Amino acid sequence: MFRFIVRRLLQVIPTLFGLSILLFIWLHRLPGGPETAILGERGTPEMRAAIRRNLGLDEPILVQYGRFMKRLIQFDLGTSTSTKREVTTEFLQRFPGTVELTVMAMLIAIGLGIPLGYLAARRRGTIVDHASVAGSLIGICIPVFFLAYVLKAVFAENLGWLPSAGRQDPTIGATRITNFFVLDGLMTREWDAAADALIHLILPGLALASIPLAVIVRITRASVLEVLGEDFVRTAEAKGLTESVVRRRHVLRNAMLPVATSIGLLTGQLLSGAVLTETVFAFSGIGAFLADAISQRDYPVLQGFILIIALVYVLVNLVVDVSYTLIDPRVRVR
Amino acid sequence: MALLDVEDLSVTFARRGQRTVRAVDGVSFSVDAGEVVGLVGESGCGKSVTSLAIMGLLPRQKGVHIGGKASFDGTDLLQLDARSMRDVRGRDVAMIFQDPLSSLNPVVPLGIQVTEVLQRHRGMKGEAAAKEAAALLDRVGIPDPRRRLKEFPHQLSGGMRQRALIAMAVACRPRLLIADEPTTALDVTIQAQILELLKELVRESGTALVMITHDLGVVAGMCDTINVLYAGRVIETARRRPLFAEPHHPYTVGLLGSVPRLDAGRGERLTPIPGSVRDVLPWPDGCAFAPRCHRRVDACVGEPPELVLTHTGHSYRCVNPVTGPVAPARAQEEQA
Ligand SMILES: Nc1ncnc2c1ncn2[C@@H]1O[C@H](COP(=O)(O)OP(=O)(O)O)[C@@H](O)[C@H]1O
Ligand SMILES: [Mg+2]
Repeated sequence: MFRFIVRRLLQVIPTLFGLSILLFIWLHRLPGGPETAILGERGTPEMRAAIRRNLGLDEPILVQYGRFMKRLIQFDLGTSTSTKREVTTEFLQRFPGTVELTVMAMLIAIGLGIPLGYLAARRRGTIVDHASVAGSLIGICIPVFFLAYVLKAVFAENLGWLPSAGRQDPTIGATRITNFFVLDGLMTREWDAAADALIHLILPGLALASIPLAVIVRITRASVLEVLGEDFVRTAEAKGLTESVVRRRHVLRNAMLPVATSIGLLTGQLLSGAVLTETVFAFSGIGAFLADAISQRDYPVLQGFILIIALVYVLVNLVVDVSYTLIDPRVRVR
Repeated sequence: MALLDVEDLSVTFARRGQRTVRAVDGVSFSVDAGEVVGLVGESGCGKSVTSLAIMGLLPRQKGVHIGGKASFDGTDLLQLDARSMRDVRGRDVAMIFQDPLSSLNPVVPLGIQVTEVLQRHRGMKGEAAAKEAAALLDRVGIPDPRRRLKEFPHQLSGGMRQRALIAMAVACRPRLLIADEPTTALDVTIQAQILELLKELVRESGTALVMITHDLGVVAGMCDTINVLYAGRVIETARRRPLFAEPHHPYTVGLLGSVPRLDAGRGERLTPIPGSVRDVLPWPDGCAFAPRCHRRVDACVGEPPELVLTHTGHSYRCVNPVTGPVAPARAQEEQA
């Protein structure tokens, strides 16, 4: 197993390398570079050229790429052209919030999606089934930012049950260690800080969970339906096993393979797609920062972000592959 | 009183937009304690549905209607609620199925698939359960059982898988074992071994066995009583010897003619029954076999044939039965 993981990690390097080339070229071909963002439409050609020279954008693209790679190897992503701060620093500060939000959303989606999908399959054709199929369709269709607004209006502004903005109440004065607020709270035993950060995650987490929840319900339902028709489930029933053993050991364990794959893909998507939700809830994750970076043509930030997302995808996929081998002995590696 | 008394069992499947299927239509048979009873008939005649109905394994949903009685030791299994039926299954009545590979859970080690029954019905756990599981695998002829317990189904051969399923079925020493075509998916040489194993197990433990097969050759070697099914009905019942020596229903005679015999010369052709069960579903009110029967008379259509009981305890449903020994060679083979 250990060798398998190491081998998979080594395979990642060429993938990321290829990806970095593609992205580098693609980004630099976008119309309107940082000089337009800074100067607007009015700058003279001389001023534009000066800015480009300053940022090293006048050099051949290969040289630029070489410099980028050289820094990357030292985990240096360069300096943001808009905030003038280290991209790594910016990320370390903002990314944890987005990760927490993504984890929350996935926990909601998995925690509700698998039981609902299972129930829909078991009660096929009943109201429970129809309701979850219809519900998941709505979940897929409804724009996430719209849902975010509705949730905020109802549960935060009208009912006042949950906070409407931010990651944590600043008056708590929580200690920062990793910038994962919940984790920090647990590590410093500031339970109120951890709880407060958790409460701030609920509404944006719910909004963000809607699509993965819908997808997981559907995939679980289809997968469970298929497994329920398998002979070994009949064998399990013929043995008189209790419903819960049949469900856990024989049905769900087999039905989880496609679900695990989709969870991997959905997690990657969420990380990159949290932007709008974060904006609605004034949640200081990576989202708003990234939106700025796009409009500012902040190449170092964009490159760094895309590489990190790629890395996350790869890692999540690795976790999925490992979980595969744990679930199904037939794909187990030597 | 018989151990299992199936009376007038009927199962219909109704699907929206489809014709209602009467898969089992008034099947009656009984099994005494320790007896080996055969249910024989072509594919599609309702053998599996009969056994699943007895086991309570047919889907409990709209459209599936089960009628009649299946008294096991005096209790009608068809009336038991789902929970009580779970207590009976695997403990008092066990079942093995046709395809051993798909009947085993591919992602759960064999050991757990054996011990889960022990835990469920005999309250055994941990090392005691593992020990008993190894003993069970050993008993069904799986070598090196301790190692096998840790393996997964795909690591076993077809014959070994069926042996493992048999081990799970007999784990709680059930009084009745239902085997639904347990050798159909296996190689010929393995088939014989599995049949031998089943015979030996029921002889040693006194478990009654319902042997379901489309192959009269299988029941010839092991069954005390044989029920021949056609289109969801039992059309002939007899002890083994009279059935082979003097079959009365033309369908049984036809089945005997289509038993492949090991001693048959190469040139000898089997004489299959023309047509298939499916040709005549849904059957008319008369004898379902009539459309394929070479002895058909006018009386065959109209009323379903009454059950005729002979003085030897042989019974059949046919208005124009075959009389006299038809297959002396086979009768001798039987006595051997
Ligand atoms: N779940 C089901 N829904 C509808 N029809 C079924 C179902 N199961 C079996 N049948 C029908 O019942 C008849 C008997 O099937 P079965 O008992 O499996 O035959 P066999 O004797 O080969 O075991 C067949 O015509 C089959 O198509
Ligand atoms: Mg069958």
